[in-house]
Amino acid sequence: MGNPFKRPLHYGFEEAIAMPSIEAINLTKQYGVFTALSGLNLKIEGAKCVGFLGPNGSGKTTTLKMFTDLIMPTKGQALINGINVHTEKKKALASVGTLIETPEIYSSLTPREALTMIAEIRGVPVEERKKQIEEVVAEVHMAEWIDKRVGKFSKGMKQRICIASALLGNPSIILLDEPTTGLDPRGMSEVRDIIKSLKGKNRLIFMSSHILSEVSDVCDEVAMIDHGKLIVYDTISAVTAKFSGGNNVVEVGLARPIENGVVSQSIATLLSVVKTEKIDDKSLRIIFNGGLDVQERLLNDLVKLNVGVVSYKVASSELEEVYLKLIKATL
Amino acid sequence: MAKTDFESKNTVPSSMTQVGIITKYSLLDYLRSRRFFIMLIITVLISLLLTILVGYYRPQGFLASNLSFYDSWWGNSVTFVVILSAIFFGGDAISGEFQNKTGYFGVPNPIRRSSIYVGKWIAAFIASLVMLGIFTVFTVGNGLYYFSGVPYQFVESLIFALIYMIAVLGFTFFFSSLFKSSSMSILLTAILFLFVFSLIQTLVSALVQIEPWFILTYGSTIIGNVLTTPYPPHMLTQSLGPQGNITLTTFNATIPEGLAIMAIYFIVTAVIGLILFERKEFT
Repeated sequence: MGNPFKRPLHYGFEEAIAMPSIEAINLTKQYGVFTALSGLNLKIEGAKCVGFLGPNGSGKTTTLKMFTDLIMPTKGQALINGINVHTEKKKALASVGTLIETPEIYSSLTPREALTMIAEIRGVPVEERKKQIEEVVAEVHMAEWIDKRVGKFSKGMKQRICIASALLGNPSIILLDEPTTGLDPRGMSEVRDIIKSLKGKNRLIFMSSHILSEVSDVCDEVAMIDHGKLIVYDTISAVTAKFSGGNNVVEVGLARPIENGVVSQSIATLLSVVKTEKIDDKSLRIIFNGGLDVQERLLNDLVKLNVGVVSYKVASSELEEVYLKLIKATL
Repeated sequence: MAKTDFESKNTVPSSMTQVGIITKYSLLDYLRSRRFFIMLIITVLISLLLTILVGYYRPQGFLASNLSFYDSWWGNSVTFVVILSAIFFGGDAISGEFQNKTGYFGVPNPIRRSSIYVGKWIAAFIASLVMLGIFTVFTVGNGLYYFSGVPYQFVESLIFALIYMIAVLGFTFFFSSLFKSSSMSILLTAILFLFVFSLIQTLVSALVQIEPWFILTYGSTIIGNVLTTPYPPHMLTQSLGPQGNITLTTFNATIPEGLAIMAIYFIVTAVIGLILFERKEFT
């Protein structure tokens, strides 16, 4: 195993312009005898999306809270663009959008008012405020609620407004703590699309999540943490290459029994398929090498084979395998 | 480090400007809240009740002279209006940020916690000022109905009431910073101001004959005392009982003493409250 703390390489053209960065230096948080975070050293730099993974109580939210002045470190420093959040908060958070836990908004305010307050605090120019607020609210699909009082909103609706607030002022760094929490499946999908679209705008997105498929779908890199310690930080492909065979698994449900010959000769020979296993007469497990594009193509190929596909779902992803392997190793 | 494209567009305002922003939106939240209307109703009800009672019964204590009117009307009720307003608007101003999680929306932004604290304090002060203003209007309106002119002592008393409001709000914000539970901070502040302080004040002065200079409500007695002529003596000892064997001591704060107590209470509680909020963690 290589050095798990090795920083991913950056391309030359990225180095030429000022890059957003966040850095934890020996970041430690203790509550009495309980250590929530133990000497975290992590530097993330450049325009990218980094997933922050770890089981419950591993220290993800604690880390993000120390980067946003919600809690103070017992030891160490949280730096944003090289500026210490705790000694120069205003400067450090000047270009940072955040969503930590599930914030509440003053219930008597409307999203327009609440977001105007945040825009004013962040110094969004007066002439841009209205346009920016309407844009971010539209982006989270809350345009028709923009002038309704927040007190009447569901948890998911409030979460959308909080996501909109994180986008205000075009921050160069966005810190998100489980951003899809409280959202329905459509909302989750929309938020992932928003995050994907933000990646293309020279932003550093640091996002904690429990949902591994979400991280592998949205993020370029992953940092895994457990028991308050960083286990690994690298690109998703490098992590999976290091710790697994780089494979994904799908389970396929069929309308009618399938012959062994079709499995071994037709399906096993499809492009990128590594291995096929019959779970029973009407279901298969297919191990393939590749990402979402290969997964999509595989489904098309199976449909073309006319084997009666009625369901098709990811059984486990390579990231999930790596995650479970690494988390088990620290138990 | 060079600035990114994004940073160059936004200029984070000064802390003073941010105090104004927090004040504006906290005040908007207060003005639309149910508690504002409840406090408004309480203030108007107290005022209307006094108006009707004085108008119907014409009590001698109220109508003996211009000054006695203000003493009976204002001197006995204004501290209650001040305390209630401060509890309503300041009781959970800071603890609510933790319990209701509104702090998670505002704090992780380029703004000092002190700006949030001061901004919310000013908003609570303005909201309380509205209540004091309404009570003042009713008082002066009735005073002018029965007597001509407003005695200068009332202006002094109004200024003292304002200073008391500042001190009480400083204290409620301190208590609000001390707890993460809104109900706890509101309840304890209410119990302290409405019962405990008065009880300690009475026990300490009457039974132990010690001047209760360390109690805020003792300092506030100058609000009512300034409306009496002559100003009550600093210390008054009365012998009670059939043989006169029970001694009851009453203290009255002098004006400089009362002002000093209120000022010190405000400064100390405001500083401690601010430090507590700066250090308090959103866990």
